[in-house]
Amino acid sequence: MATLTPDVTAAVDASPAPRGGIWSWITTTDHKKIGILYGVTSIFFFLVGGIEALFIRLQLATPNGEVLSADAYNQLFTMHATTMVFLVVMPLAAAFANYFLPLLIGARDVAFPRMNAFSYWFFLAGGIFLTVSFFVGGAPDGGWFGYAPLSTQVGEMVRMDYWALGLLVLGVASIASSVNFITTVLTMRAPGMTLMRMPVFVWMIFVISFLLLFSLPMVTVGLFQVWTDRNLGTLFFDAAGGGDPVLWQHLFWLFGHPEVYVLILPAMGIVSEVLPTFARKPLFGRSFVIFSGIAIGFMGFGVWAHHMFTSGLGPVAEAAFALTTMFIAVPTGVKIFNWLGTIWGGSLRLATPALFSLGFIFLFVIGGLSGVTHSIVPADSQQHDSYYVVAHFHYVLFGGAIFGIFAGIYYWFPKVTGRMMSERLGMWNFWLMFIGMNLTFAPMHVLGLNGMPRRTYRYAEGLGLDLWNLVATVGSFVLAFGVLVFLINAIRSWRRGPEAGPDPWDGRTLEWTTSSPPPVHNFDEIPVVEHEDDFWHRKYATDEEGYAVRVATDDAAAESTGPPEDLHLPSPSFYPALSGLGVLIALLGVVYVPWGLLATAVGGAIMVWGLFGWSLESLVREEH
Amino acid sequence: MFGTDRHHEGQTRANRARRRGRTRLVALLGSLAVVAAACSDTAIPQNSLDPASPQARDIDELWNLVFWIAVVIFVLVEAALIFAVIRYRKRRRDPERPVKQVHGNTRLEILWTIIPTIILAIVAVPTLATIFELREEPSPDENALEINVIGHQWWWEFEYPEYGFTTAQEMYVPTGRTIYLNLTSADVIHSFWTPRLQGKRDAVPGRVNNLTFLAEEEGEYLGQCAEFCGLAHADMRHVVVAVSPEEFDAWAEKHATPPEIPTEGPAAAGYETFQVVCTACHVIDGAAGTPVDRTVPLEDRTEWAYAPNLSYFGERQKFGGWSFDNDPNHLEAWLADPTLLKPMAPELNDLDDGRILGMPNFGLDDTEIQNLIALLEALR
Amino acid sequence: MSTDLATPPPATPEAVGHHDVADQRKVAMWAFLGSEVLFFGALITTFLLYRNDVGDGPGAADVFDIPFTSVSSFILLMSSLTMVLAHHSSMRRDWRQMRIWLLATALLGSVFLAGQVFEFTEFVHKGLTVSTSPFGSSFFVLTGFHGAHVAVGVLMLLATYFISVSGRFKAEEGMNVEIVGLYWHFVDIVWIVIFTIVYLLQV
Repeated sequence: MATLTPDVTAAVDASPAPRGGIWSWITTTDHKKIGILYGVTSIFFFLVGGIEALFIRLQLATPNGEVLSADAYNQLFTMHATTMVFLVVMPLAAAFANYFLPLLIGARDVAFPRMNAFSYWFFLAGGIFLTVSFFVGGAPDGGWFGYAPLSTQVGEMVRMDYWALGLLVLGVASIASSVNFITTVLTMRAPGMTLMRMPVFVWMIFVISFLLLFSLPMVTVGLFQVWTDRNLGTLFFDAAGGGDPVLWQHLFWLFGHPEVYVLILPAMGIVSEVLPTFARKPLFGRSFVIFSGIAIGFMGFGVWAHHMFTSGLGPVAEAAFALTTMFIAVPTGVKIFNWLGTIWGGSLRLATPALFSLGFIFLFVIGGLSGVTHSIVPADSQQHDSYYVVAHFHYVLFGGAIFGIFAGIYYWFPKVTGRMMSERLGMWNFWLMFIGMNLTFAPMHVLGLNGMPRRTYRYAEGLGLDLWNLVATVGSFVLAFGVLVFLINAIRSWRRGPEAGPDPWDGRTLEWTTSSPPPVHNFDEIPVVEHEDDFWHRKYATDEEGYAVRVATDDAAAESTGPPEDLHLPSPSFYPALSGLGVLIALLGVVYVPWGLLATAVGGAIMVWGLFGWSLESLVREEH
Repeated sequence: MFGTDRHHEGQTRANRARRRGRTRLVALLGSLAVVAAACSDTAIPQNSLDPASPQARDIDELWNLVFWIAVVIFVLVEAALIFAVIRYRKRRRDPERPVKQVHGNTRLEILWTIIPTIILAIVAVPTLATIFELREEPSPDENALEINVIGHQWWWEFEYPEYGFTTAQEMYVPTGRTIYLNLTSADVIHSFWTPRLQGKRDAVPGRVNNLTFLAEEEGEYLGQCAEFCGLAHADMRHVVVAVSPEEFDAWAEKHATPPEIPTEGPAAAGYETFQVVCTACHVIDGAAGTPVDRTVPLEDRTEWAYAPNLSYFGERQKFGGWSFDNDPNHLEAWLADPTLLKPMAPELNDLDDGRILGMPNFGLDDTEIQNLIALLEALR
Repeated sequence: MSTDLATPPPATPEAVGHHDVADQRKVAMWAFLGSEVLFFGALITTFLLYRNDVGDGPGAADVFDIPFTSVSSFILLMSSLTMVLAHHSSMRRDWRQMRIWLLATALLGSVFLAGQVFEFTEFVHKGLTVSTSPFGSSFFVLTGFHGAHVAVGVLMLLATYFISVSGRFKAEEGMNVEIVGLYWHFVDIVWIVIFTIVYLLQV
C-alpha cells in the first residue's frame, strides 16, 4: 500500500535514545516500552488464567468429576476470575492506552512518565504477590468477589489476605494510571485537536479513567474492612457482632459494576478504530458513539444492585435497579447500530483485525441480550448464581472484551513491531476462537436454566447436566487451540514477519503517520490537527457526492529533519520499579504479621525511598 | 461437450443446493433438539423452565416474553450484520471501489434510541408487576405454612414453628397450600434454590429473607445452595417433598413427637455410643443432645444448631447435605471418615465462635460404626 | 498558557510540544482528590450505617468529649489558614516566609494528630475499641484513615520545606506549594464533614 507520509526512517536512525538491555526496561519511562511491558505481562497471565479454566472444565466434563479436589477447584475458579479481570483484561487495555494514547493525540508521552512506570511496577507487584499465594499454602479460595462473611470467616489462613491486599495494590496502580491519562488527555493534545476530534479509543480510555477513579475507592474501603475483620477483630461484616454482610456486597458492586464497563469500553474503542479503517469510511455517528460511551459511564454507577437481586433488597429497590439496568442497554445498542452503519456501504476488507471486530459485535449482541434478561428481576431469581450468568459474562468479556483486544493486537502489532502478522494464521486464530467460544459458553445458558449453580466443584448424576458440560469442555479446548495459534502467529511474526511500513492499513489516525515502530520521540514534529481522522484527511478529499478521492502526495510535511533540536525526553528512572519492589516486600510482610512486621518495615522503607527519590529527581533531571 | 458440461454444472449446483438444504435441515433439527432438551422435564429435576408452582410459572411466563423478544432482536441484528458483511465485503479480486464518506444520520440515531427504549418500557410493565406480586406476603386466609429455613455450612435445616420441630435435608410440604419461608443463615451467606418451585433467595446471617411458593402436585423437587459458601458448596443440596395434605399432617405430627429409641440389639448399643460421641453437635429429640431454643424469633436468634437433627434420620433418602444415599455402605464410609466422602475442614471447627466446617473423624471402630448405623436406621 | 482544558494550546512554535507542568500537576491533584471524595464517602457511609450499633460497648455520648475535639478541629482549621499564607508567600516568591508558614502548618497538623492519639487512647480506656462493636470499628477506621491522610500531608509539608531549604527550589516549582495546599485543604474539609456528622450530629 503506497504511503503518503514522509519517510521517517532517517530520523529514526538519528534518534538519540538507545534501546535494549534489561536495565533499560526496568528504568524505562517511555510510554511505548511501558505499553509493551503491560502487554507481555498480561498475555502471560492470560495463559495462566486460561490453563486454570481448562482445569475447571476438565473437572466439570463429567458428573462427580475427580480431576480436582474441592479445595483446589475453589482456588482455581477464584484465581481464574481474579487473574482474568485484574491481571489480563484491565492491563491489556492499559497496554494499548499506554502505547497509543500519546500517539493518537499527537503527543510525545503521557503527562507523568514516571508515574506511568510506577503503575506498571505496582501492577506487576500485585500480580506476583497474588501468584506467590499458590506456593505458600494456597491461593485465595473465596471467589473473586469475596463475599463476606465467607471471606472473613477463616482469619488463621492467609489466602484471603493475599486476595484483599493484592487487589488493594492493583487498585493503586489503576488510580495512578487514571490520574495520568486524564491529565494527559486534558493537557497534551496536539494543537487543533479539540476533545471532539479525539479518536474514539482515546475517549473510551478517558471515560474509564473516571470510572476507575470513582469506583475503586469504594472497593478499597471494603477491602480494608475485610482485612481488618480478618486481622484486627473489627465487626464490619460480622452478623453476630451486629455487622451487615450485605454492606460488603454494596461496596463491592459499587466498584464491580463500573468495573465491567472499564473492561468493555476500551475494546469498544478499539472496534471503533478498526471498523472505519477496514470499511474505508468514517465511524458512523461518531459523536453518538462518544456520547453513548459517556452515558454508559454515568449510568454504570446507577445499576450496581442488579448483582444483588436475590439478597433481599426489597421490591422497591429491585424495581428501581431493574429499570436502570434495562435502560443502560439503550446507549449500548446505539453503539452496535452505529458500527453496523459503519460497515454499511463500505468496502470491507476482511483482514484479521476486522474479523475480530465483527466477531466482537456478533458475540457482544448475544451477551448484551442475556444481560437484559438479567434485568428482569423475577427471571433473574432463577438465572442469578447459575451457569446462565457464567454464559452471559463470558459472552461479553470473552466474546466482547477479549475479541476486541485481539482486534487491537492484530491492528496495532505492525505499528509496535514494524512487522505484519500472518493473515492465514490470523484466520485460523479467529475461527478457532469463535467456534470454541460458542461451543464452550452457549451451552451454559441451558445449563443455568436447567438448574446448575455456579462455583460448584462437581454436579451429581441424574440432574440432566452431563451432555452440555461435556460439550463446553470440548469447546474450551478448541478455544485453547485457537489461543495457541495466536501465540505461534505472534512469536513468528515478531521474529520474521514481513516489514510493515508506517501505514499498512491505510489508516485514519495519527499513529500511522510515524514509523513502525515509532521513534522514541514519537513525532519529529507535533502535528497540527484540523479534522477528526486527521491523517485520513491529509490523504483523501471528498468529492461533491461524498466519495473519497486520493490527494497528491506532497502536501504532507516537508522532508524530515529529524527530531527537534530542543527535544527533551523524560530520563529513565529506577525509582518507580524500586517502589514496586518495596510494596511487594511490604505486602508479604503484612500477610505474616506479627513476625512479618520486619518485612513490612523494610518494604515500606524501600517504597518510601523510591517515592522520595522520584519526587526529588524531578528537580534535577526531568525536562520535557 | 457443452451440453454435458452445462448439465454437469447444473447437477453440481443442484448437489450443492441439496447439500445446503440438508445442512440447514440438520442445523434446524439440531437447534430444535437443543431447545427441546432445555425444556424437557423428565431427566432434568432442577429445570427452571419446567415450573411446578404458580410462582415459578409466573417467572417462566415473564421469561418467555423476554426470551422471545430477545430472539427476535438477535435474529434481526445478527442478520443485518451478516448481510452487511457479505454485501459490502471487498474480496481480494474485487476492484477498488470508491466509498461514500457518510458521517451519520441523526434521524436514524433518534430512531434506534427511541425504539429500544419503547421495547424496554413495554417489558418493564409486567416485570415490575411480577416483582411486587411475588413479594407479597400471604394473606391470612391463605393459611400459609411457615417454615424456617436455616442455612449451615453445608446443609439445610428446616424448622416447622407451627409444629415445634426441626429436621434437615428434606422439606416436606402439603400440596395446594401456600408455603412461606423465612430464610436465614447460621454462618455465611447461602441461597435457597428449588428451580421448579421458585426463584432463589439468599439466606443471609443476621437477617430474615422470605420466599413464597405453592406446590401444585405431589412430587420431589430437587434444589441446591446457590451462593458460594466454601468447600462443600456443591454438596449442599436438598429436596422439597410435596405430599397430600393428609400425608403431610401425619408426617408432621409424627415428627413433632420424639422417636422411639430401640432398647436392645446393636441399635441400643449404638445409642450408647451416640450419647458419648455425637451429642456435642447432634440432637435426637427427647433422647440425646441439647436442642437450641426455638421459641426465640428467627431474627433475634443468636444460637444455632451445630449439626442436623437426626430424630427421624432413618426415613431420609439421602444425608450429608442430601448428597449421599442413606444406605449402610455410604453410612459406613461416612462414619469411618466423613471428609473422605465430602470435602470439609473440621480441624477449623470453633464451636464457641459458631464456626462449624464439618464433621470430624472420631476414630470409631467397626463395631461402633455398625451399631450407630443400626440406631440411625431404626429412627423412623 | 491556556487554562481552558477543552481547547488545545495554540500552534505557536514555542507552545508546540511544551506543556505547562504546573497545570498538569493541578489537574492530577484534582483528579486524585475526586477519588478521595468517594473513598471518604464510603467510610462515612459505613459509619452512618453502624453509628447506633454499639453492642455491649459505649456509644458516642459515652465517650466523646466535644469541647476537646472542637479545640483540635479549630487547630486543624487554623492550619488551613497558615497553608494559604504559605501559598501566598510562594506566589510573592518570599521563600523565607513560605518556609515559616509551611512549618506552622505542619506543626498545627501535628498538634491535631497528637490530639487524635490522645482522644483515641481515652476511648480505649473507656472501653471502645475497633472490635467492641460495629460503631467502634467504623469510628476508628474512619478517623484513623483521616489521621493517616493528615500524617501524609505533614510529611509532604516537611518535604516541601526541606526542598526549599536545600536551595534546589526553582521558581516554577513554587507550584508544589499549591498542590500540597490543595491536598491539605481537602483533608481539612473532610475533617469538617467528619466532625459534623460523627461528633456533632449524634442522631
